[in-house]
Amino acid sequence: MAAYLIRRLIQAALILLGVSLVTFFLLYLLPADPVRQIAGRSATAQTVQNIREQLGLDQPFVVQYWRYLSGLVQGDFGRSYLQKSEVAVLIWARLPASLLLMAGAISCELLLGLTMGIVAALRRGSMTDQSLMITSFIGVSAPQFVVGLLLLYVFAVRLGWFPIGGYGTFRHLVLPSLTLGILGSGWYSRMMRSSMIDVLRQDYIRTARAKGLARRRVIFRHALPNAILPIIAMIGIDIGIFMGGIVVVESVFGWPGIGQLAWQAIQRVDIPIIMGVTLVSACAIVLGNLLADLVTPFIDPRIRLR
Amino acid sequence: MRLWLTSTALALSLAVPAIAQDYVPDPMARQGGSIIITYKDDVATLDPAIGYDWQNWSMIKSLFDGLMDYVPGTTNLRPGLASGYEISEDGTVFTFHLLAGVKFHNGREMTADDVKYSLDRVTNPATQSPGAGFFGSIKGFDAMADGSAVSLEGVEVIDPLTVRITLSRPDATFLHVLALNFASVVPKEAVEAAGADFGKVPVGTGAFKLEEWTIGQRLIFARNTDYWRAGEPYLDQITFEVGQEPIVALLRLQNGEIDVPGDGIPPAKFTEVMADPAQAARVVEGGQLHTGYITLNVKMPPFDNLAVRQAVNMSINKERVVQIINGRAVPATQPLPPSMPGYTQDYAGYAFDPEAAKKMLADAGFPDGFETELFVMNTDPNPRIAQAIQQDLSNVGIKAAIKSLAQANVIAAGGEPDQAPMIWSGGMAWIADFPDPSNFYGPILGCAGAVQGGWNWSWYCNPALDDEAAMADSITDPAKVDERMAMWSDIYMKVMADAPWVPVFNEQRYTMKSARMGGADALYVDPVSIPVNYDYVYVTDVQ
Repeated sequence: MAAYLIRRLIQAALILLGVSLVTFFLLYLLPADPVRQIAGRSATAQTVQNIREQLGLDQPFVVQYWRYLSGLVQGDFGRSYLQKSEVAVLIWARLPASLLLMAGAISCELLLGLTMGIVAALRRGSMTDQSLMITSFIGVSAPQFVVGLLLLYVFAVRLGWFPIGGYGTFRHLVLPSLTLGILGSGWYSRMMRSSMIDVLRQDYIRTARAKGLARRRVIFRHALPNAILPIIAMIGIDIGIFMGGIVVVESVFGWPGIGQLAWQAIQRVDIPIIMGVTLVSACAIVLGNLLADLVTPFIDPRIRLR
Repeated sequence: MRLWLTSTALALSLAVPAIAQDYVPDPMARQGGSIIITYKDDVATLDPAIGYDWQNWSMIKSLFDGLMDYVPGTTNLRPGLASGYEISEDGTVFTFHLLAGVKFHNGREMTADDVKYSLDRVTNPATQSPGAGFFGSIKGFDAMADGSAVSLEGVEVIDPLTVRITLSRPDATFLHVLALNFASVVPKEAVEAAGADFGKVPVGTGAFKLEEWTIGQRLIFARNTDYWRAGEPYLDQITFEVGQEPIVALLRLQNGEIDVPGDGIPPAKFTEVMADPAQAARVVEGGQLHTGYITLNVKMPPFDNLAVRQAVNMSINKERVVQIINGRAVPATQPLPPSMPGYTQDYAGYAFDPEAAKKMLADAGFPDGFETELFVMNTDPNPRIAQAIQQDLSNVGIKAAIKSLAQANVIAAGGEPDQAPMIWSGGMAWIADFPDPSNFYGPILGCAGAVQGGWNWSWYCNPALDDEAAMADSITDPAKVDERMAMWSDIYMKVMADAPWVPVFNEQRYTMKSARMGGADALYVDPVSIPVNYDYVYVTDVQ
């Protein structure tokens, strides 16, 4: 277990190094000059040159990347070009909100997705099954921006059940989590349905039924733990999808997470922030996958970590 | 002649450029209460040397003061931290007498040393101020810019309440420059204590002070009870909630939760809002110092041909483009917006005449038109506007492919001599830094901007016009203001004759507010404080 963990952590570090290199290179190639953004439209050529030199942007790619990496290994993400603040401070201030939103969204998608998948599998071929699968299809296809605004309009503006955007209480968390979770719940319900149908056909389920066990016990004790396995692995992968989704959802609901930070930085070519958010997101994805892999053997004894 | 000006309105009326009567306090205004303003983007910085977007511009204005200021709701200059000033006859020496007893938010009294420190700081390359270039006329600026000096030679402290600024050339716009946020007076000890984070813990002399800043969520400004303008500001507190989509902000306004959506009315909702008399009554409309234009790169064929540029000017149906943005603009005839001094009233611009345009193109050797590219920023409504332009151009035989890119990429393409034949300026268009016609020339139409990485995307460079511009800006005698404006008017008419731009429209401003907000309409479309002049608005529901 320890050896596995160490190997995976080394792999994770290499992945993050790769991500930093590729992202830094892509930003280097970007046909937009961050110095012009900083210098503004009234700057003289001399001012532009001064800023370029101060930020080291006149240096070749290798030098720039090496400098960035040297700072990074010491925990220094650099300072924002435009805000001048430390990137680590900006990300740290916003990270809890994004993590909270992610936790809320995972809860929503599991609750909705698994319930829909189980019910659809148990009532396979019925109207309920078809309606649920159409609903999940809509959930997967609907743009999150539209879903968010729709939920906001119905549940916050018309019904007044939830606040219109903002952050701070459980009630603020519900609608953005739901918006983000609906997409995942669509996938999960479909996966859960097929996984459940597959498990329900297994001999051990037939045996359990033959023993005269109660239907609820057969489903929750014998079928569900087996059917849920593929879903656990999915959650790790899902974090990557979340990272894309939070940019939109945080914007609709005024949720103060790193998605908004990233969006603003991209618009202004604020490279240190873009790099910082990308690396933190990559870190979340890598750790999420690792966590999913570590948890799986506890749920399914057939799987061993090597 | 030396002008001695005190802060009385009578004396100020003599000053350059235009100085009118000071603000007459609103008899209905009451002190107290708080308001909520929303924004989509987080505030980048509140450092007056750095902040240069329309969102933080008016916030910084409320936290800091400079030597000069504007009468609220107008483009007329008035003294800020100066009780008076003298200008030498040749217009190169400005002596400012500071108000006594003005305190920074940290309790220390402001002195002439702070003024010098602030100007040294903003022009020091290490500060990386986007506004440093505005101070180019101060003696010693070049030495600061190239790093050979650490202090501006032209700024001298005479005594604790007197500072003298010497220019290397007469500059009629200099008082406007001193009214820019970049010229705000900051306390050295607070700047040095905060270092690069001064923008997060700003300390000024302004009407409000920053009480709280929760990154990504809100900023709270509290009334500066020691403010040197007695009785101002009216509000006790302003909360800026950030991260709010404009459409969500509008819903919250309709729900009575906020007072002003800082990003304005979302385009998709504009017609709906204006169709409802109750909501429309809370919308204030005003002009702004903005022009949306198409640049025609004179270095790239066939736009190096004057007849082609003129034909393009005649082929654009500006009325239709205005309709695309729900009529939130007026068609433009020239680079200057109508509310800018120097605007030529009796100039109608190029008439929309596709047939005549076709004929001109044929005479210029393009009977079948030509193919070109139109660069545009990729956020609504700009791509839609580009499509309308594309259609107008196709009507005269010009096939323009639309290149819809992120803002930074369009700016980068425009800064290269051979990349962008045409650019629709929407989303990046010029809004004046200060209300003076010169501000629409230098960087975007003058030779200085027609350099790699510059903002003169038409690459139009007419040295004779540059000379005329320099001559106009050297006229600092207040008695010759009209002469100077006539010169600027003439310069822009010559620009139009050369047609490096197609001026398309001048955007109007629409500020929506809650029913409880009070204050003259002009404060809600203040030309220098977008969206609102926070120091003078008030709420009507305080006891």
